[in-house]
Amino acid sequence: MKLSVWTYEGPPHVGALRVATAMKGLHYVLHAPQGDTYADLLFTMIERRNHRPPVTYTTFQARDLGSDTANLFKTACQAAYERFKPQAMIVGASCTAELIQDDPGGMAETMGMPIPIIALDLPSYQRKENFGADETLFQLVRRLAKPVEKTAQITANLIGPTALGFRHRDDITEVTALLTHMGIKVNVCAPYGATPEDLTRLGAAHFNVLMYPETGEAACRWMERELDQPFTKTVPIGVGATRDFVAEVARITGLEATLEETRLRLPWYSASVDSTYLTGKRVFIFGDGTHVASAARIARDEMGFEVVGLGCYNREMARPIRALAKDYGVEALISDDHLDVEAAIAEAAPELILGTQMERHTGKRLGIPCAVISSPVHVQDFPARYSPQMGIEGANVIFDTWVHPLVMGLEEHLLTMFREDFEFHDDAGASHHGGAHVARETATAPAHGPEDISDDLKTGEVIWLDAAERELKKIPFFVRGKAKRNTETFASERGLEEISIDTLYEAKAHYAR
Amino acid sequence: MTAHTPPPPAMGCRNAPVLKERGQHEVFCGLTGIIWLHRKMQDAFFLVVGSRTCAHLLQSAAGVMIFAEPRFGTAILEEGDLAGLADAQEELEREVDRLLARRSDIRQLFLVGSCPSEVIKLDLSRAAERLSAKYAPRVRVLNYSGSGIETTFTEGEDACLAAMVPALPASDERQLMMVGALPDVAEDQALDLLAQIGIDKVSVLPARNADTEVSVGPNTSFALTQAFLGGTHAALERRGARHIPAPFPFGEEGTTAWLRAVARDFGIDQARVDAVIDAPRARARKAVAKAAETLSGKSLFFFPDSQMEIPLARFLTRECGMRAVEVGAPYIHKTLVGPDLELLAEGPVISEGQDVEMQLDRCRAAQPDLTVCGLGLANPLEAEGLCTKWAIELVFTPVHFYEQAGDLASLFARPLRRHDLLKLEAAE
Repeated sequence: MKLSVWTYEGPPHVGALRVATAMKGLHYVLHAPQGDTYADLLFTMIERRNHRPPVTYTTFQARDLGSDTANLFKTACQAAYERFKPQAMIVGASCTAELIQDDPGGMAETMGMPIPIIALDLPSYQRKENFGADETLFQLVRRLAKPVEKTAQITANLIGPTALGFRHRDDITEVTALLTHMGIKVNVCAPYGATPEDLTRLGAAHFNVLMYPETGEAACRWMERELDQPFTKTVPIGVGATRDFVAEVARITGLEATLEETRLRLPWYSASVDSTYLTGKRVFIFGDGTHVASAARIARDEMGFEVVGLGCYNREMARPIRALAKDYGVEALISDDHLDVEAAIAEAAPELILGTQMERHTGKRLGIPCAVISSPVHVQDFPARYSPQMGIEGANVIFDTWVHPLVMGLEEHLLTMFREDFEFHDDAGASHHGGAHVARETATAPAHGPEDISDDLKTGEVIWLDAAERELKKIPFFVRGKAKRNTETFASERGLEEISIDTLYEAKAHYAR
Repeated sequence: MTAHTPPPPAMGCRNAPVLKERGQHEVFCGLTGIIWLHRKMQDAFFLVVGSRTCAHLLQSAAGVMIFAEPRFGTAILEEGDLAGLADAQEELEREVDRLLARRSDIRQLFLVGSCPSEVIKLDLSRAAERLSAKYAPRVRVLNYSGSGIETTFTEGEDACLAAMVPALPASDERQLMMVGALPDVAEDQALDLLAQIGIDKVSVLPARNADTEVSVGPNTSFALTQAFLGGTHAALERRGARHIPAPFPFGEEGTTAWLRAVARDFGIDQARVDAVIDAPRARARKAVAKAAETLSGKSLFFFPDSQMEIPLARFLTRECGMRAVEVGAPYIHKTLVGPDLELLAEGPVISEGQDVEMQLDRCRAAQPDLTVCGLGLANPLEAEGLCTKWAIELVFTPVHFYEQAGDLASLFARPLRRHDLLKLEAAE
């Protein structure tokens, strides 16, 4: 038993629902009690889908237990087939139905339906949402994809995008454009937008683009083995990764590596002088493994940030993320407990969090800006505008998204210059974020600054002298945390018990960059 | 004063045939009630003993993760708990110890049963007893089931309140108990009206905190503010309390009838009541009239959701001039909603339970002007051209009593007004 307040991932049948909802012509019969129908609103409300997810929940009740839940399942299966006439059905159990052991797969197979029935065995008490999606796609592909003649023109399948995925809708468009520019056509995109019929044609492609390892890797590995289709290992998020992806596709296909870069703006935006202020900004990165790995590379190599912590919530990615963390000189945090993540962020005191919606809330509580880079998603993560993460436009979107939570470049310089000005002071926050202007409290007793940080100051082992504490408060808020931390580290390394103004500035000189 | 609402119908729906359906339901389970109950009882913690699905439901139904550390959580059952490798009782006790050590502000702890815990027959009442003995008097530990195999959406609140009843101290005092978790603003208004009418001793179940004395006995009369409290009703009667049947306090008519029924039970003269309520009644009518301009003459279809459907249909048809096509409720407790059924004019299909596909067929055939349904159905129906109102807002928003009558009507009017406002075609 483990106490959980918020979760990064739902149960595995929600992963199966993400696959079913992304597809057309597929129906999911889920043996489950009525409460499990809440999952529909994830798609209709968060993703604003204009149709019901293609799911029939058997919605058994207590009085059905021990009598005829099995019959209920069969009736629901039959009714779903007759009403929706799908090309194929997937059947399975949610956590409660797993306990009553009705064996939906076995029952459905004996019903003699004229369409393929694919049984899902998703262990609800061991695995989670990403596994459920990955396994469902794998079972569908294994059952439906057959060796077929390859297309004359070089084609690729896009594997992994699902319903309720972080920017999957727009990533598909972007990756399709990257391939088109190289003269490669998309054969099938699955599961997003595919029918079971389409899955039978997967084998016609020359290779697979594994867009999201979390939800597509098992299927890609199977197709590599059974259908002789290599798959790409680079996820094209960020400028460098997009270039690597194009090179990898060229290697696989023997085509020339070409990339249309006229609309690529990240490199120049990052090089322009306004971005100088981004240099060495300390970032903490947390999310699913794939997005974290991509974000780490962008943060360090394309934005000039310093990565002070990184980790992922999906244990399946623990190994690559640990290896990556070593490369960045930090220790990976592999945890699905948001309180652990919050504690690690508080400890690292970054200037920017790149995380999920959970970390956005953590950031709000800790007063640290946050940009969202990964699932779990929220209605905000389905913007009306085109907003991919992958490819050329993805890089542009990422630059804007990550810079937005911060105080703007010139503004930061001005705040530093006028930091003690009564109107133009840093407690007012970033000017482009709305909210009422906060007038600075007129100088009361110096010990009572505009922001009481004395609690923070007393947590360290070293003691801040009054004058040093006042001096610290003059440092703009977006670097104050770092200054405090650096000074304390500096003091404790030298065995100092008190921090004076001199210590503060000696530390500043020591850490100067 | 009565000229404004139509006279009671010659033939109400009390004895109208009920279409009983069985099939796929599209409703939340009783765990969802935790979302509002934990805000109402500010020193209570709700610990669901369940699966990852339960945790995911609570987080999804709550919308976003608003609170740093909310006063609810899920003890997620794992393989070991199911295989009997770990003693679930001990595991639970360990989690509770840890929780209460961290949260010294918690005075009431509810162990909430879920589908998986019911299926594996985890005895939460035994756990609650043991933990109560261990933590008394600082923390009171109770248990109830919010499982989807036993409870539908608002029945979770019913199960929670019913679980509190046996623990209430006994009292012979003549008193009124107002039952149902309402937003504070509506509750305070009701208490104020009751005081003005002359009812001195009034308690509320659930109380806002554990220290507020709520007692029950043979001289207690109770009035329900929510239509879904069938189990609590039965539990209170077992303690000797007497139910005051009345229409539910939605709109001017419902609130007036509810207050008059309570006053009658306490032998208070109607003239005294009318003197108190004249001004708020007039205000409520005025506020409703505005929204009624939009609603009048429009047809209405209720999918089953909260059991508030029948009282709301009564309000929308009688005070706002709407025409009900179908009124679906997950369960119909005639003892509770009988007075509302009597006022609801004959005509609409009254349905209980659900076969969602069949009901969608009926809804599409009827093409109602406004469909009240859950979040899973709202956008798909909008995409088909139907105008919808999400039902869940009705349990989160202050909608009871006079001062909220206008807000209640405008909740239904807003989607219709929005449909009229949006002009997305080319101007030509």
